[in-house]
Amino acid sequence: MAMPSVDAVHTTPPSGAERTASPAEKVPPLAHRVRPARVLAVIAVGLGAAMLVHALVTNPNFQWSVVGQYLTTNTIVVGVLTTLELTVLSMAIGIALGVVLGVMSQSANALVSGAGWLYVWFFRGTPLLVQIIFWYNLASLYPKVSVGIPFGPSFVHGATNSMITPFAAAVLSLGLNEGAYMAEIVRGGLLGVDRGQAEAAHSLGLTRFQAMRRIILPQAMRLIVPPTGNQTISMLKSTALVSVISMTELLHAVQQIYATTYQTIPLLIVASLWYLAVTSVLSVGQYFLERKLGRGNRSHASGRGGLVRQIIRALRVRPDSPEVSAS
Amino acid sequence: MSAFVEIRGVDKNYGFAKVLHGVDLDVARSSVTCIIGPSGSGKTTLLRCINQLELLDKGYVRVDGCYIGYKLRGGKLHQLSGREAARERADIGMVFQRFNLFPHKTVLDNIIEAPVLVRGVSKAEARERAHRLLDRVNLRDKADAYPSQLSGGQQQRVAIARALAMEPKLMLFDEPTSALDPELVGDVLDVMRDLAATGMTMIVVTHEMGFAREVADHLVFMSDGVIVEQGHPREVLAAPKQDRTRAFLSKVL
Repeated sequence: MAMPSVDAVHTTPPSGAERTASPAEKVPPLAHRVRPARVLAVIAVGLGAAMLVHALVTNPNFQWSVVGQYLTTNTIVVGVLTTLELTVLSMAIGIALGVVLGVMSQSANALVSGAGWLYVWFFRGTPLLVQIIFWYNLASLYPKVSVGIPFGPSFVHGATNSMITPFAAAVLSLGLNEGAYMAEIVRGGLLGVDRGQAEAAHSLGLTRFQAMRRIILPQAMRLIVPPTGNQTISMLKSTALVSVISMTELLHAVQQIYATTYQTIPLLIVASLWYLAVTSVLSVGQYFLERKLGRGNRSHASGRGGLVRQIIRALRVRPDSPEVSAS
Repeated sequence: MSAFVEIRGVDKNYGFAKVLHGVDLDVARSSVTCIIGPSGSGKTTLLRCINQLELLDKGYVRVDGCYIGYKLRGGKLHQLSGREAARERADIGMVFQRFNLFPHKTVLDNIIEAPVLVRGVSKAEARERAHRLLDRVNLRDKADAYPSQLSGGQQQRVAIARALAMEPKLMLFDEPTSALDPELVGDVLDVMRDLAATGMTMIVVTHEMGFAREVADHLVFMSDGVIVEQGHPREVLAAPKQDRTRAFLSKVL
């Protein structure tokens, strides 16, 4: 479609024939604009990158050969596996607890929603490190634990110290703490689903439980998954905190080695490389999970490009991912 | 014999605001009742009370002889459990102004969800019935589409098919065409007209005076939480007896 030039619109009377540009009129080509600030930025970034590479390569204190030597040693790999185990178990507890607490927060019963709120208030309001040490020292509060009917007979009982091993204390503290954050994420996700969805489900005869499970939670998932991915990555790194209770995960494994060899920096690099590798894999997984959940939503329509480009896109930090856990 | 839908002395308050004030209404079996009135007159709230989306503060609603949301025991009305209430709702279809289709499910899955989950119909049978219903609302080729890929008019027709899949004995329509582009309204009204012709009992909150005049057997005008006037649509529309009805109709006709 031929567009009239701006001048023609303003100077000529609105008679149809004169509004369209005549074919003889020459269309001036678009000039390329030089952007000085962008050129400067490219130079600055390039220079910075060159300096960084130079420093990494030339500084012998990095001891890259030591990094290579320890990267796949048995102790380190066991440490990585323990870290993964802690992350998976703690997130499983956290997510399960978060869904229960998140649904509780929507309850019409003030006692139920209040209990959920109290939990979040306590576990989000005290430092994770304090909670870790607290669970580790549970024996000094309750020397014996027993499982049974409240105020009735107990089925299992024993010394706290034999039950709360460093591993149990680590999973318990990380999982219970995570539950508070996941509760907020689930709550945000549930609030993000239009009220009309529950009404439509109820009007079709679904019970509250059926509506929550089949209609509301699946839609809330689209809002819950992105921040949960962030939480998982955050959890992976938080597991390093349990090195303080002598739990031999990745950080504690490298600490044990450099305590005797004094090769602190190269071994911390080994740990960092492993953390980066795992978080990268998690980011890619999160990207594909989000895409799968985007079904039926046009704005989440499948991305274009091959697998490699999609993985690169997955690793990029997305500023638009909703941050429900904030505050 | 009492009416198919019997509404008696219904009060509904939101805090201090009285939304419904002693509403009485009878709806005959296989009839179409249209409720009109200015916004905030309580017509949508009345409709939602019939389906327990709102709980009554006073009075009762009976459909086909059953108290809605309550059961009579020892001379008193006892509130139903969640499960019993859900069973009652399953027999009453509702179509919403904003369609409220499930966006994460295809058209077909939207329609078969409740029959399979609530009625225990087999998936194969539910699918077959869903295809027949889509045929009826002229959307036979949209079974695998997601709601976001449909126009508003198409979405609303799917919503009607979804409600009909439960084989309800009563259909409630809450301003079914108010959120639609003008050129899409006709398709939805056509489907509703066909439905009325099959003998379905329908209560329709609407602003479509043409539909009300043509299809309705009974027209109800509500204002400020009370029924001001009711009767045969041609009589009410042509010769309203109340000043409030006259004032409203002069604005919309």
